Amino acid sequence: MINAVNRFIPDNLKPFKASDDYKNFSRRLIDKKQKQSKTVFLNSIEEAFDLFEIQSNQCLSFHHHLRNGDYVIQNVCEVIQNRKLINMHLAPSSIFPSYTNLVDLIKNHNVTNVHTNYVNGEVAKIISQGHLKGKLIMNTHGGRARAIESGDLKIDVAFLACPVVDKNGNGTGSFGKSACGTLGYAISDLHYARKVILVSDTIVDQLDDFQIDGNYVDAIVQLNSIGDSKGIVSGTTQLTKDPIGLKIAKDCANLLDELGVIKQEFSMQTGAGKTSLAVVKYVMEIMKKNSVVGSFASGGITKSYVDMLNEGLFKALYDVQCFDLEAIKSYHKNINHKAMTASEYGNPFENNPISNQLSFVVLGATEIDLDFNVNVTTDSLGSLIGGSGGHADIAYGAGVTIIISPLIKARLPLIKDRVMTVTTPGTDIDILVTERGIAINPRRPDLIEKLKNSRFPRFSINDLYKLSHTITGVPRRIEKTDEIVGFVEYRDGTFIDCIYKSKF
Amino acid sequence: MFRSLLFIPGNNPSMIQNADVYLSDGIIFDLEDSVDINEKDNARNLVRNYLSEGHTNPSLVVLRINPIDTPFFENDIELIVTKKINYILLPKTSMDALNILNDYLTQLEQKYDLEKTKVIALVESAQSIIQINKIAKNARVEAILLGAEDLCNDLEIDRTNKGTEILFARSKVVYACASNNIISIDTPNVYIENEEFLRTDCLNAKNIGMKAKSAIHPNQLESINKIFSPTQKEIDWAKRVLEAVETNPGKGAFSLGGKMIDKPIVLKATKIIDKAKKYNLL
Repeated sequence: MINAVNRFIPDNLKPFKASDDYKNFSRRLIDKKQKQSKTVFLNSIEEAFDLFEIQSNQCLSFHHHLRNGDYVIQNVCEVIQNRKLINMHLAPSSIFPSYTNLVDLIKNHNVTNVHTNYVNGEVAKIISQGHLKGKLIMNTHGGRARAIESGDLKIDVAFLACPVVDKNGNGTGSFGKSACGTLGYAISDLHYARKVILVSDTIVDQLDDFQIDGNYVDAIVQLNSIGDSKGIVSGTTQLTKDPIGLKIAKDCANLLDELGVIKQEFSMQTGAGKTSLAVVKYVMEIMKKNSVVGSFASGGITKSYVDMLNEGLFKALYDVQCFDLEAIKSYHKNINHKAMTASEYGNPFENNPISNQLSFVVLGATEIDLDFNVNVTTDSLGSLIGGSGGHADIAYGAGVTIIISPLIKARLPLIKDRVMTVTTPGTDIDILVTERGIAINPRRPDLIEKLKNSRFPRFSINDLYKLSHTITGVPRRIEKTDEIVGFVEYRDGTFIDCIYKSKF
Repeated sequence: MFRSLLFIPGNNPSMIQNADVYLSDGIIFDLEDSVDINEKDNARNLVRNYLSEGHTNPSLVVLRINPIDTPFFENDIELIVTKKINYILLPKTSMDALNILNDYLTQLEQKYDLEKTKVIALVESAQSIIQINKIAKNARVEAILLGAEDLCNDLEIDRTNKGTEILFARSKVVYACASNNIISIDTPNVYIENEEFLRTDCLNAKNIGMKAKSAIHPNQLESINKIFSPTQKEIDWAKRVLEAVETNPGKGAFSLGGKMIDKPIVLKATKIIDKAKKYNLL
């Protein structure tokens, strides 16, 4: 069948209808786990496999707070391989390039299904090549929380990396040799997985302040090290120096100012890339100039936001994931730097999630099309290179959703007649900001009216599309293959697009 | 009239593609120093194709050709047939070089029925500084750009951020240009990551009378444009002067706020307003 963004979806799946269609349904919750026995302490991942009788065909989950420095998923993959388990379903909240042990497991069918929010590196490449025997489901951060709490994603055992645990099974990521800050993506797994195993390299007698509640923890595995600290804090703290990126960032901040959304008590979220960091800097300058104090900033938190909190420009930070060392330190010591769970962040069925309270968000795009649909899942050739993360969650929830991107990326035009893969529906995208001008979604006449006297060069998205072709020429159309390797699941559990085997 | 000119290497397609996006008032497509000798033909072809076929050319185009004593000069200069070039930037300008350039340009202009090509003289040797008044009087020359790096090499001295070593040369450029009613353009600042150095350098140049500055990185343009634009205070003052002229018709001199306003003051105010209009500052 064809869904609401004009994409084919197999008949056995629920097609995406509209980003607010979730309002027609009530929240589904399975029971939170009931721990049957005392938390046990183990010395290896193997012991955990033995104790909980982890077998073929089971679903194991992980969070990605250790980012590109994670040893836990790597170690679990080794055990799966050594025990020759097959048809495993893995559900890490993201997959980073360092998760190399997954590659052979997928190729050899030890792992046949994957649920994740983001995938990059060799794993992305081999899934695009068709090596995953089952299917890949790419959902959003908020959608993953919804899937777990509703039982749509049933987790047999959650292996949760936890930088510090205490003897009661409580845990925190805010300090320790593998400190990663908040553990927001782990909380749904903690509450709803059949068994929960914390994997740590630091055990203390008692934690007074913890994010992981030991009442849900079945076992703790102590390893010498759970991660490489360089890979854990791999987020960039550098602003872009690219003049085009800086121009886009400055224009974006000035546009937000003209829209009047940088005002007392406003809230914001941006991505964590170099251009987004430049947007934050320019927004900060506007706030200082106009003596504006915002209510909160949210998301993956970076040093830039920590600086703004410390300078009194925001009253609070809501942090689902710390991107750099400064954010980790701030989360540890500043009471106004608050953790939020993935569900509190973007679960559509949560009561007023943070994503719905945002005044504006600034996001990136790999491609955008004439209907403003955005792709951040695959490249222009259809190969996996990322995923929604929180993109679709906050694009829906925010008052104003802005996409920033150069009009031409690596000599390819950003705007397509149809994006290769729909990650976020165009109904949730309000303004595209490029180096040559902006395009406002006609669905937002209020924004068009506010900017009618603006000095910003304004175009229809069709005109920007044509302008880019005058520079690059018209790119050859890339035909998709017929073989589906995965699906993009919208945050409400419907399916917004298919991911096809790559030709390249 | 311009405040800023940005050098873009002629063999850098990603920069050329964005030439119209940068904040400079004009772009200098460089076929000379920033292009390796093995890349000369590629650079020339790339710039020619961009100018000929591009729909997004910058509003003011300058082409820095290779010096007249190189084998690339003649091919470079033929790019004027694209009719997209506002100025030729002649490196290592001397009167001899200008005369040779003039002969070539005249032949091409006659052959292809082109308008007269304007020239920016790049003065970057002791000899060119000595000849500067003659250079400034040349009929094709509409601006002079000081090239301080090569000049300091010629003088065997180091460049400093204070710029005292080029004060004489800067002053010569300013006076030659002012007396011939052409535009003086300051040397680029090579410290591309030090905003304070750039600011000081711009102020040093502006305060002795330079009207514009060249840039070698797009991130330098915002500072240059700001410093070489009239300030809001200057604009407000100029508006008051011109309003007072309208309310005092026929008076050669009159008083405004206790200060005498006469023809030179009115001319100064008019120039400020013209610049403010040009740069969208009103």
